[in-house]
Amino acid sequence: MALSYLRSSSSRSANLLRPLSSAASLRRPISTDTTPITIETSVPFTSHQCEAPSRSVETNPSELLTFFRDMALMRRMEIAADSLYKAKLIRGFCHLYDGQEAVAVGMEAAITKKDCIITAYRDHCTFVGRGGTLLEVFAELMGRQAGCSKGKGGSMHFYKKDSNFYGGHGIVGAQVPLGCGLAFAQKYSKDESVTFALYGDGAANQGQLFEALNISALWDLPAILVCENNHYGMGTAEWRAAKSPAYYKRGDYVPGLKVDGMDALAVKQACKFAKEHALKNGPIILEMDTYRYHGHSMSDPGSTYRTRDEISGIRQERDPIERVRKLVLSHDLATEKELKDIEKEVRKEVDDAIAQAKESPMPEPSELFSNVYAKGLGAESFGADRKEVRATLA
Amino acid sequence: MLGVVRKKMLGQSLLKIRPAVSMLRSYSSAAKQMTVRDALNSALDEEMSADQKVFLMGEEVGEYQGAYKISKGLLEKYGPERVLDTPITEAGFAGIAVGAAYHGLKPVVEFMTFNFSMQAIDHIINSAAKSNYMSAGQMSVPIVFRGPNGAAAGVGAQHSQCYAAWYASCPGLKVLTPYSSEDARGLLKAAIRDPDPVVFLENELLYGESFSVSDEVLDSSFCLPIGKAKIERVGRDVTITAFSKMVGHALKAAEILEKDGIDAEVINLRSIRPLDRSTINASVRKTNRLITVEEGFPQHGVGAEICASVVEESFAYLDAPVERIAGADVPMPYAANLERLAVPQVEDIVRAVKRACYRSVPLAAAA
Repeated sequence: MALSYLRSSSSRSANLLRPLSSAASLRRPISTDTTPITIETSVPFTSHQCEAPSRSVETNPSELLTFFRDMALMRRMEIAADSLYKAKLIRGFCHLYDGQEAVAVGMEAAITKKDCIITAYRDHCTFVGRGGTLLEVFAELMGRQAGCSKGKGGSMHFYKKDSNFYGGHGIVGAQVPLGCGLAFAQKYSKDESVTFALYGDGAANQGQLFEALNISALWDLPAILVCENNHYGMGTAEWRAAKSPAYYKRGDYVPGLKVDGMDALAVKQACKFAKEHALKNGPIILEMDTYRYHGHSMSDPGSTYRTRDEISGIRQERDPIERVRKLVLSHDLATEKELKDIEKEVRKEVDDAIAQAKESPMPEPSELFSNVYAKGLGAESFGADRKEVRATLA
Repeated sequence: MLGVVRKKMLGQSLLKIRPAVSMLRSYSSAAKQMTVRDALNSALDEEMSADQKVFLMGEEVGEYQGAYKISKGLLEKYGPERVLDTPITEAGFAGIAVGAAYHGLKPVVEFMTFNFSMQAIDHIINSAAKSNYMSAGQMSVPIVFRGPNGAAAGVGAQHSQCYAAWYASCPGLKVLTPYSSEDARGLLKAAIRDPDPVVFLENELLYGESFSVSDEVLDSSFCLPIGKAKIERVGRDVTITAFSKMVGHALKAAEILEKDGIDAEVINLRSIRPLDRSTINASVRKTNRLITVEEGFPQHGVGAEICASVVEESFAYLDAPVERIAGADVPMPYAANLERLAVPQVEDIVRAVKRACYRSVPLAAAA
C-alpha cells in the first residue's frame, strides 16, 4: 500500500529527478543540501471547522536525512531503554515511544526553541527532540547525577527549560491546562510564539482539558493541543473509552485537524499550519494518528488487548523510519549503505551514552533535601528518623 | 447589572470618607486603622504595580470587584490582561496559572473559597509544589493561591472546611495564615515575591475587621518574613498557639485568664509551613504548658504537628499534657446552635488552659 503511493508520487514529481541525475556531484554532501523538494503526504488532512492545509509539503534532502537520523536515534534509544529496564537498571515506570517518533521529529521541523512543548510521561523522545542529550536521558532513567533532573525525576519527569520543554508529567491530562498556561504567558509577554500541549487518546476525555480549551478559546491563547492518538489508553482501546474517538472534532468550537502521525512530513505541515493559526486565531487541535509498538509501559506486554498481527501490520505498512528511508532512496538522496551507516553510528552513540551514564554516580544523600524550594528560607526538613537526619533548606 | 455594581461602589466609598474626616480631627493620636480587606487590596495593588509579571486570576475578581471585594478597583487600574475573570473551572484555571508560572509569570490565583480548591488540588500539589524538586531546580513555580479558608457563618458543611493541615503537610508548598491587617499586607507581599508556590489562607469573617497599622506597615516596601511566628501577647504561665481567626479568640481568652491570675502567651503562627518550631518551643520551655488552637478538623491537624514537635524537642519542659482545641470532628452543621458547638469558642480555650494549669478537674477524675 505504501509502496504504490511512492511509485505514483515519484511519477508525478519525475521532473525533480532531472537536476539530481544530471550531476552526481550534487548528491554530496547530502547532509547540507537544502534544494527544495515537494513531497505529498501519505493521506490528505481531515479538518474540522477550518480549511485543511495542502498535502504538498516542502522539504529538502538535508531535512529528510535529519528526520531519518533523528528517528533512528530515538528508536535505538527506546529499544536500549527496554533492555536496561529488563536488566533492572531502570526502575519504576518506563513508557516507550517507539513507533511515534515522527510526531516528535516532524513537530521540531516546524517550530523553534522559542515555542514551548509540554507532554505527559511518554517523554524521552520529545526531550531529545528539544535538544536533550542521550547521556541526560539514560542517566536520568538510571537515577544518576548526569540525568536531566539529576536523578530526582525519573522517566516521567524530564525537563529542559532552556529550550522550552516543560516536561514530563505523570498525572494524565494535567499537562494540557499547564500547556495552555504556557501559551497564556507567551501571549502576555507578546512573544509571537506558541505552545504545543501533547496528550494521548486516554487523556482526551479529561474534563480539565475542556476547561483549559474553553479558557484558551475565550482568551485567544496560542495553544495547540496535540492528541497523540495511539489508539490505546493503557489497555483500553479508544472505542471503549470515548463515545466519540474523533479527537480532532472534540474541540467543538475549536478547529481541528486529523494528521497521519506516522508521516513526519505530514506532522511538520500540520504543526506549521497550527502555529500560524494559533498566533492569529487562538487554539487548535491536532490529532496525530500514530502507534506505539511497545505496550503502555514496561509492565505491559501490549499483547493482551491487541493482536500481534496488528502490531506487525503497522510496522510493515506505516513505520515512520521506513517511510523516510523509502523516500530518501526513491529520490536518490542517499544510498542504502549510507543509511545503514547512519543507523550504525546512531547505535554506537546510544551504546556510548549508556556506558557513560553507567559511570555517572548516584546523587549524594544530601540531595534528598535540595530543591524542595527555590528559596528555602532556612526552613527545616527531616529524614525518616527526624532525630537522626535533619536538614536546613537553603 | 454593571450600573448596579458601580452605584454600590460609590455608596461604599462615600461611607469610607466619613470616618477618615473624623480621624483628621484627632490626627495626633491616630494610628491608622485598616481593615483586612483593604490590607489585602493594597498589597495586591502595590505588588502588581511593582512587577509587571504579577497578575490576578479567579472567579469574579474583575468586573464584580471580587466576590469579597478584595480585588476592588484592580481591573480598572490594571486592565483585563492582568485581572482576569475566569469561568467556574478551578482545575482548568489553576492548571493554566501554574503553566504561566512555569514560563516566568507570577500568577495570583483566587479561589472563591478554599473548599473549591479541592477541584484544583492536583495542580497545587503535583504541578506546583513538586516541580522544583522533580526537575532538580529547573522549574520553580512563583505562584500564590489565595482565598478565604475555614468556617464563615451558616454556610454549611461543603463551604466551611479549613485546609491548613492538608496543604501544610506537603513539601514544596509554603502555607501562610494572616490574622491582622499587618499580617495580611506583609504576608501577601512576601507570598507574591516568593519564588515558590504559596497557599495563602485568609478568613472571610476577618475581612471586615479593623486593626491599627503603623506607617512602616503602610509603606509599599513592607514585607513580613515567611516562616516566622509572632508573639502577640507575652506571658509566663501557658503558651497558646493559634492562627487566623483563632488568634482573636486566643487573645480574648488571655484577657479572661488574666483575671484568674493566669498569664498566657499567645503565638500567632502566621506561617503553617514552614512552621516556626523554634519560637513555639522556646515559648513552651518558658511557660511549660501548651494549648494549640485551630478551627479545622482535629485529626492529623496543625495542633497534632505542634504537639509532636514539642514532645520531640521540649519533653522535659512540659509540666502538663499538651491540650488541643480544634473544630469538632464532624462535618459543619447549619443550625446556629450546632454550628457554635462545631467551632472553637473563647470559653473552650479558657477551659483548656485551666486544665493545663491544673485549675480544673480533668475529665477522668470526674468519672
